[in-house]
Amino acid sequence: MAHRWTNDLTLADATPEAAFMNRRQIMAGMAGMGLATMAGGAQADEGLTPNTWDEVTSYCNFYEFGTGKGDPSANAHLMTTSPWSVEIDGLVDKPGSYSMKDILSAMTLEERIYRFRCVEAWSMVIPWQGFELADLLNMAGVQEGAKYVAFETLLRPSEMPGTAYRVIDWPYREGLRLDEAMHPLTIMATGIFGKPLPNQNGAPLRLVVPWKYGFKSIKSVVKITLTDKEPPTSWNMANAREYGFYSNVNPQVDHPRWSQASEKRIGGGLFAKRQPSLMFNGYEEEVAGMYEGMNLAKHF
Amino acid sequence: MQGVNALLRRVPVWAVYLLGALPAPYLFYLGLTGGLGVEPIEVLEHEYGELALQLLILGLAVTPLRRHIGLNLLRFRRAIGLLTFFYVTCHLLVWLVLDVQILGQIWADILKRPYITVGMAGFLLLLPLALTSNNWSVRRLGPGWRKLHRATYMAAVLGALHFVMLVKGFQIEPLIYLGLVGLLLLLRAPVRRLRTA
Repeated sequence: MAHRWTNDLTLADATPEAAFMNRRQIMAGMAGMGLATMAGGAQADEGLTPNTWDEVTSYCNFYEFGTGKGDPSANAHLMTTSPWSVEIDGLVDKPGSYSMKDILSAMTLEERIYRFRCVEAWSMVIPWQGFELADLLNMAGVQEGAKYVAFETLLRPSEMPGTAYRVIDWPYREGLRLDEAMHPLTIMATGIFGKPLPNQNGAPLRLVVPWKYGFKSIKSVVKITLTDKEPPTSWNMANAREYGFYSNVNPQVDHPRWSQASEKRIGGGLFAKRQPSLMFNGYEEEVAGMYEGMNLAKHF
Repeated sequence: MQGVNALLRRVPVWAVYLLGALPAPYLFYLGLTGGLGVEPIEVLEHEYGELALQLLILGLAVTPLRRHIGLNLLRFRRAIGLLTFFYVTCHLLVWLVLDVQILGQIWADILKRPYITVGMAGFLLLLPLALTSNNWSVRRLGPGWRKLHRATYMAAVLGALHFVMLVKGFQIEPLIYLGLVGLLLLLRAPVRRLRTA
């Protein structure tokens, strides 16, 4: 299933931590769609550099472990991630509980280097490993009539100190339209930098939707439901005025409390320059077609 | 408490200014050297803001502490007030220079974003108080000085509200600050009524 999409980040973007991954990606790119990765792109010319392991694993939002950026890396070790299974239900041919082992044996892992843009106006570039969500959904057999996919994060208060407070209505829930879920850019990640996902980054299995704000990329997924109705999503439930169902990265539509026109790349230190945010986080060419004719200011 | 007060009388006020101001350059140094994590701007902004709020609350606590527990911090109240203003200014400067960076957006933010409007209003309220925190102004303004400096109450409410409004989801910490400010203002209310009666 791999190679339906190829990165526009080049070897020149790599830090030592990610260099080995880029080499593999270039090889994969050559084998697949030709020399697309060599062509570079507008984004690559801006000098994007993948973030470091420390940056990606120490600066996280995972409110089940606390609301501070450092809380997840301090507390997430409490979470048991093995054994792990994902309940897939709703409008599917083969509903049931799929163990991590079953899932991994059926999927082909590949590398994806994506921009990651948080709704709080910071961003990173992260080398993920994972598989396309479409492959997982096809394994369960999506039925006619399914229009949306709902996701749920593990809720285990004994291992999640942050859930002692009702910061949001637990368990954490997210959702996608079916076409978004089936899009080749949408992956379920199992690792970063060639290593298994650290718990604070959503082990053992998380969604990554690179053209949407980070909170859509739900972590530590235990449940996936195919449905015909737009599912309720956590931040939208908490504050519908600020967080829409779609939450596509859009520099023209501000969050009510801050501008989304620019972002801070993590890793620039105290004097990091803001940089302009990109429509659909730089994936406009790949995904804009899904939203043709939609008023994106209304469906933010 | 008598002993504590006697001890406090021997603490020179300049030492309070010095110790109180020290965290500002220290935090900045930590931010430069990686001590504040991978996104130091946000942390520095937050630390300065939170210190300002804590000092604002300490300033409000001086009178009730003396009245209800007998602890006398009156000698240090001006230092506490000026340090509050110092940290609010640091907080504002980090936001302007390091965080938002874009001049046009700063204005837009102040006007368009209620939590920034509220924070800015708090800062503007503190400005005349800082400017009149000298003996000459106290003499010059007479009874008007006390009245003017009651703006601290409003600034404290705005500061705590600013914090409550800026967090995501339902969070406890900013509500504790707002609660403390409310409590300290309530402690004043009945006594003032008695005095004017």
